[in-house]
Amino acid sequence: MNQTQKQSQIAILILRLIAAFVVLILAFLIGYIFITGLPNVSWKFLTSPAKAFTAGGGIGVQLFNSIYLLILAMIISLPIALGASIYLSEYAKDNWFTSMIRTAIEILSSLPSVVVGLFGFLLFVVQFNYGFSIISGALTLTIFNLPLLTRNIEESLASVSDDQRQGGLGLGLSKYETIVHIVVPAALPGIISGVILCSGRVFGEAAALIYTAGQSAPALNFGDWNPFNIDSPLSPLRPAETLAVHIWKINSEGIMPDLTKVSSGSAAVLVLAILIFNLSARYVGRKIFEKMTSMN
Amino acid sequence: MLNTKNKSDRFIYHFNPEETEITMQTKNLEVYYGKSLAMHNADIQFQKNTITALIGPSGSGKSTYLRSLNRMNDDIATVKGQILYQGVDINQPKIDVYEVRRRIGMVFQRPNPFAKSIYGNITFALERRGVHDKRVLDEVVEKTLKQAAVWDQVKDNLHKSAQSLSGGQAQRVCIARALAVEPDVLLLDEPASALDPVSTQQLEQTLRELKKDYTIIIVTHNMQQAARLSDYTVFFNLGEAIEYNKTRKIFTRPKIELTDDYVSGNFG
Repeated sequence: MNQTQKQSQIAILILRLIAAFVVLILAFLIGYIFITGLPNVSWKFLTSPAKAFTAGGGIGVQLFNSIYLLILAMIISLPIALGASIYLSEYAKDNWFTSMIRTAIEILSSLPSVVVGLFGFLLFVVQFNYGFSIISGALTLTIFNLPLLTRNIEESLASVSDDQRQGGLGLGLSKYETIVHIVVPAALPGIISGVILCSGRVFGEAAALIYTAGQSAPALNFGDWNPFNIDSPLSPLRPAETLAVHIWKINSEGIMPDLTKVSSGSAAVLVLAILIFNLSARYVGRKIFEKMTSMN
Repeated sequence: MLNTKNKSDRFIYHFNPEETEITMQTKNLEVYYGKSLAMHNADIQFQKNTITALIGPSGSGKSTYLRSLNRMNDDIATVKGQILYQGVDINQPKIDVYEVRRRIGMVFQRPNPFAKSIYGNITFALERRGVHDKRVLDEVVEKTLKQAAVWDQVKDNLHKSAQSLSGGQAQRVCIARALAVEPDVLLLDEPASALDPVSTQQLEQTLRELKKDYTIIIVTHNMQQAARLSDYTVFFNLGEAIEYNKTRKIFTRPKIELTDDYVSGNFG
């Protein structure tokens, strides 16, 4: 073996070790969280309300809040992100205005979430007088989520081959028809993967919600689904502590006797949910694409 | 080698309009990318129900010319001059460009089936135009796939994704898709360049059949293909049409030295 080959093999070995180290950190973290947390997770834990002073509390309300906030935030941000990314990817010319939009998106996506949270607090909670509520939280999460989602969707659209657009125009379709009926469907797997990945990020977000959706989870009446009643689970004006906020809250000021159990159980559920989001993103995108292309 | 002495010499065949039915022709066509002139000097007439091949080296303007014919260059380049289709100048702002592209269909270099089923690919443009009668659509699918000579291979899988087809089959589904909106003229931009020899041969056979009903204009890099397939050939070089004549004459007795150099493989 000559000198060059030796060098190259050593380099490859070092790179492998670095890669293994990264995987090891992740495996250790997830392993630790699951081993300490999962034994505390039961159906009762997942469905019963939290208790502030006594043992045996669950995370039912927080879990529901997390999911409901995520869905609301996505309902608000997806159409905006879709519109913005279609504009950027398909219509925007390369000029100062477009580059200004792109810079704005970059900056928005790099803002610390606690800053976004305080902005949401000033604007939605105080100025608009929505109070600590689901709607304040969802709007803040939209600000937090929008840049990433827009960029994700824009990349999916840009990765659709130009041949597809030409094909549509060549059949005598307008540019708009081509985009809506050919380009967006072709980009759908990527868009769906992007939405799921963003969902994972939103689901685990705490800092942006502490001052907007609030830190309390009042008991909900799961028999009442009228969104206009304040104790209905669907009421957008009730405060809603999410799972991630709950973990932060009980660790900083919790006084229940089984604090560590609740905390590690909640963390395990949160990480598991985010793992599912991440791992399913690609798979779901591909499945939907297969379904879509083989019909009609 | 490139003979500069004869560079400006050109020979463009002109039909006698009394005897020949001209489907399309261009007059004083000039295409600019930004401010630079990419293509000019190509007053070509296309006879009905013939195949005309556009040949020439890369960057000679042949694809630019082809794409101007159904105004696919609209957003990319500035096209000046006249494009006459059935006697009407279609290179005017008031002309409905979508109708132009329906009548003058296009098939592209790489097969580009949409992310839909084979059936959905073919019926898509019709459905956008408001045709929803299942019986009509079924008929169109069968007819166009038969015209494109791919019906027997896909008839049992019409609801399979068109993107799962092989290159040759996908390209023929794309031809069927173009035929579904009932064009008169079919423009093909190097349609066989991504296909294997067998698929290429089948494609050529298909085009020979289609000639009976359509006027076909095809850009090709492959001179044997032009010689085998076409009735007329235009040789482009450096952004202008150098020679336009019957294919047989272009390949046996070209009138311009540059054409001779190109078809005999001395440059390009």
